[in-house]
Amino acid sequence: MDTLTQNIQTIPLNHYIILCSIIFSIGVMGVLIRRNAIVIFMSVELMLNAVNLLLTVFSAYRGDATGQVFVFFIMALAAAEVAVGLSIIVMIYRNTNSLDINVLNRLKW
Amino acid sequence: MSLFYFIAFLSILFALLVIFSKNPVHSVLYLILTFFTFTIHYILLNAQFLAVVNFIVYMGAIMVLFLFVIMLLNLNKDAEPVKSAIIKLAGIIGGGCLLVTIVASVKALGISEPVILHNADLGLVKNLGKILFGEFLLPFEVSSLLLFSAMVGAVLLATKDKSNA
Repeated sequence: MDTLTQNIQTIPLNHYIILCSIIFSIGVMGVLIRRNAIVIFMSVELMLNAVNLLLTVFSAYRGDATGQVFVFFIMALAAAEVAVGLSIIVMIYRNTNSLDINVLNRLKW
Repeated sequence: MSLFYFIAFLSILFALLVIFSKNPVHSVLYLILTFFTFTIHYILLNAQFLAVVNFIVYMGAIMVLFLFVIMLLNLNKDAEPVKSAIIKLAGIIGGGCLLVTIVASVKALGISEPVILHNADLGLVKNLGKILFGEFLLPFEVSSLLLFSAMVGAVLLATKDKSNA
């Protein structure tokens, strides 16, 4: 494990920030370009994970364990969010027989 | 050092495949691979507790939930109507603008220091457990309430309404 973590010692912090922002932007693009509600939900998960990784990196960088505890709470929150969100999706499918979010545009008015 | 860049490349590749694959089942499988690369990132940062939790909660529980919903709704076909090309292009440009803004602001910060693990056993279970059950005991208990209410809400939403049916 020591040799594995020695590995990281030379990575600049900026590269981690850039990696996480790329993943976050991919999640944003997924929300914008897909119409399937489940895939949109997966993109939201991708964004949550990018933020989790960045919090962990900053926690390791500052030597403060609070960030990792916060990531743990975000994971608990994500589990709750997925359960409620997927049951809403199941309910939508039962009512409209499709997962196309454009069918749901009646919430606009 | 090169291991990090290789894993980062894999993360980005699988994340792109998640949003660009047509079949939702393939999307879920690529999402599992993305989360696996994130677990490797956690291990590289010596955050072993988070690596294990990420492995169990995300790759185990959440992905099984996704696959079950896809199976229940019988979505394993390319039933998705395609958005028009101009909306796709607008979405990609919008996401790209966000990325360019963040990267440019990070560049403006100047050269950063390398991530050095000053305190190597920061992310071990023993250390995090002491903090979690000491300083953060109240939020921990409140999160159990959150999970409970989410469970009740999910069951309430997903069961069929008897009066309507």
